[in-house]
Amino acid sequence: MTAPGPQADFTERFGPHPSRSTGPRLDTAAVPDRAVNTHCCFCGQQCGITLLVKDEEVIGFEPWMDFPFNQGKLCPKGVKRYLQGAHPDRLTTAYVADAASPSGFRPVEYDAAVAEAAAAIDRIQKQYGAASFGCLSGASLTIEKAYLMGKFARVCLKTPYIDYNGRLCMVSAGAANKKSFGIDRGANPWSDILEAEVIWVSGANVAECAPITTDYIWQARERGAKVIVVDPRLTPIARTCDLFLPIRPGTDVALFAGILYLMVENDWLDHAFIRDHTTGFDEVAASVKEWTPDRTAHATGIAEKAIRQAAEWWGKAKSSFLMHARGIEHSSHGVANCLGAIHIVLASGRIGRKGCGYATITGQGNGQGGREHGQKCDQLPGQRDLGNPEHRAYVSGVWGVSAEELPQPGVDAYELIRKIDKGEIRGLLSICFNPLVSLPDNAFVRRALEKLEFYAAIDFFLSESARYADVVLPGSLHEEDEGIVATAEGRVIKINKAVACPGQAREDWRIIQDIAKALGRQRGFTFDSPRAILEELRVASKGGVADYFGITYEKLERENGIFWPCPAEDHPGTPRLFEPGSWNPIAKGKGPFYFPEGKAHFVVAPVTPPTEVPDAEYPLVLTTGRVVSHFLSGEQTRRIGPLVDQCPDPYIEIHPQTAARLGLADGDAATAETRRGSCTLPVRVVRTIRPDTIFIPYHWPGKKSANQLTISAQDPVSKIPEYKACAVRVRKAEGAGARGGV
Amino acid sequence: MPVPESKEFFVDPGRCIGCNACVQACSECDTHKGYSMIQLDILDRESSPQTIPVVCMHCDAPTCAEVCPADAIKRTADGVVQSARKPRCIACNNCVLACPFGVPKMNTGMHLMMKCDMCYDRTSVGKKPMCASVCPSQALFYGTREEVSALRPNSRPIQSFRFGLQEITTKVHLMVPRRAPLSTLDVGAALRLAPAGGGSGAEDRLLAGMDDGATT
Repeated sequence: MTAPGPQADFTERFGPHPSRSTGPRLDTAAVPDRAVNTHCCFCGQQCGITLLVKDEEVIGFEPWMDFPFNQGKLCPKGVKRYLQGAHPDRLTTAYVADAASPSGFRPVEYDAAVAEAAAAIDRIQKQYGAASFGCLSGASLTIEKAYLMGKFARVCLKTPYIDYNGRLCMVSAGAANKKSFGIDRGANPWSDILEAEVIWVSGANVAECAPITTDYIWQARERGAKVIVVDPRLTPIARTCDLFLPIRPGTDVALFAGILYLMVENDWLDHAFIRDHTTGFDEVAASVKEWTPDRTAHATGIAEKAIRQAAEWWGKAKSSFLMHARGIEHSSHGVANCLGAIHIVLASGRIGRKGCGYATITGQGNGQGGREHGQKCDQLPGQRDLGNPEHRAYVSGVWGVSAEELPQPGVDAYELIRKIDKGEIRGLLSICFNPLVSLPDNAFVRRALEKLEFYAAIDFFLSESARYADVVLPGSLHEEDEGIVATAEGRVIKINKAVACPGQAREDWRIIQDIAKALGRQRGFTFDSPRAILEELRVASKGGVADYFGITYEKLERENGIFWPCPAEDHPGTPRLFEPGSWNPIAKGKGPFYFPEGKAHFVVAPVTPPTEVPDAEYPLVLTTGRVVSHFLSGEQTRRIGPLVDQCPDPYIEIHPQTAARLGLADGDAATAETRRGSCTLPVRVVRTIRPDTIFIPYHWPGKKSANQLTISAQDPVSKIPEYKACAVRVRKAEGAGARGGV
Repeated sequence: MPVPESKEFFVDPGRCIGCNACVQACSECDTHKGYSMIQLDILDRESSPQTIPVVCMHCDAPTCAEVCPADAIKRTADGVVQSARKPRCIACNNCVLACPFGVPKMNTGMHLMMKCDMCYDRTSVGKKPMCASVCPSQALFYGTREEVSALRPNSRPIQSFRFGLQEITTKVHLMVPRRAPLSTLDVGAALRLAPAGGGSGAEDRLLAGMDDGATT
């Protein structure tokens, strides 16, 4: 709620300062005290990495050659990740907002800050009710922390209002997976990619956002696989693909409808599989009856010939792997896009077998595990539903509270911000979420944060959002705590602690519990370790769809990870879902899918355009995304010097035809403008983007933020925002000072 | 301990995704910590995202060593061309100018030519070089010929290059399409054959679909 202090003083203390190797990190004679096998904190692949520690500081890394997923491979983020430790911007004490301090904050003792946060929570909840306090959590937290945050909101704060930044990530895929398969997990281990003869990649800039997956795809190609890439940009993975479908952003569901149309027309269908293992095919087939190649080409901007070719390769394949990511999920019809993808998988019958796979490429560090155990607004541990009486009864029993006490489902992260704006939510606790940078239409988010009566942020660096906090509690970096996460493959792995938290910083789970204690509501929040939290989570997830009961730290270390579900200690885990004859707790042997009758569901995916389509006033489409050297809101990577050097600032990618029409040459400053805001950045003129589309990467705050422009339209089911398509206009920036967008 | 003869280095630009992991990891190597000896070349960004990682090719008869007036550049018995020896290097830049692959870099602050030494500290103790360990797409590959031939049935390694009248044999291999009719890559001729306006032809084919589609 506090108006931030002057920029210069704030930056002086809190950065971002780009860190670089100095001292023992450069000294080749420095002998590490220990080497800790753990995982990269950036992205859902969770590559294995060995961190080298000397004098309680991470001084470098060594590739972990034996970890099966990446076998030593790392992207630049993983390579330079060690530079986030011992960082000048690191929060090592608590802070409270102080208008008299030049930076806007004054350091305080940790206990005093916790007491202040607890007093404010108590005051607001007493005055306005329990539901007047909300929590925003994150999918880069370990599963133990994510679980604890869900429990903390429901049991300690008794508020329905908690949601997480996975809302901005792969919830559309999660919702579509639940509707179609009854379970939300990538269906196959990545090793199945190698066995596929057709690989279909929709809306996934694999080379930049999941770089290690590149090797799997290209190794499949070495073995003869054909690679089909669907993207509005010729990305590095598209450069050497066999068929490139340059789709107009936001029209993926039309493409999938068109492909299914051709599969039906040419009888490229697995009738036995459809009959024995699915329901609803006829309705879906009827729903795509009008999606002729001509109409599909018109809707998607892809040449009809290419659509026919893709359908033929897909239709005739004996094995295949379809993967998608945010390109189709970040849409106001993201669930329909994903359902469309699932339709062409189910119609082919190619799932649940070796070399026959389907997966979303999860984006965040624990994007998979972070969406399984209860920090989602409608969810309880084990992928149980907060709205389901049986599920409420089971979990409340584990927690030792009555089911009636548990709040009903709350609202998604953006709706939570709207409730702040409306004054329904007066206080906020955030962890692992930087909404001011990561949410769309962020001028609105800023106004909402300014309205909060009280805001406490748990953070390791002071994020752009935490700048609006009244109390900042110094949390832990990934390498300062242990716990488990689930990767994009559904493989549960162990994160190991390399170093202790510096100064008064604490492991996040301790901070959450300290707040509970200061509130006098510590019952259920007295865990002494992440291991103790996992022990409870194992029981809380038992019998659920995401069953972790058989998972222990020792087993994870021994086996290099275990694929969930793993319902018993002697269970080997489940690398591939939906295998013929497999058992699950919902179908109980009736079939491989997670519904009572054991069948997968074809669910009609209505074809709708993006919420905002180009018009005379805003004639182009803006699409946003990542670059390889940054992660999400850039909170960490914008503080790592070599990663900043690699991509210091955002830019506008634009096609030469469009640039010429606007009088723009490569490097010129241009202003992109939407109905929400404007942003002035240098242009990169490239033929590798559709002429009707511009691209801006979204890792930056303030005047460089792409999310000044994006629309807060959301999918009606998953509530994911539409980052991938809104209407925009571009003009040459006025005045020399505008260059570079500063 | 020498670099094992069976382990060889293979560069496949066709696989490069331009992520810079090699460039970033190179500066973590103990023989030149803090300095990256790899350059990532962006060919023609307007037309293509194609990039090429440039590592030292470790020539059998290294031009850099041949032109060095101070005899500062040594090739070890196992075929690795090392950075200039500090006591000898006179920072004259001859090597930088002469290397046909453009590899040596002059560290002006240190008055020393530095270059990729194939992570001698790692490869001489049986590890992979840093860049080839981390490379996400394995455009940089370190292993045996048998491994590379099993993993890459569609390409094959060459280690002979022509620059004008100079013919060079290298320790490092370049992967070329299996059916490409060449055993020596004539770099000058290849440059003359490149399509006007950049790009590789393959991109033109892919992008043609895009322009068609966009006007549909």
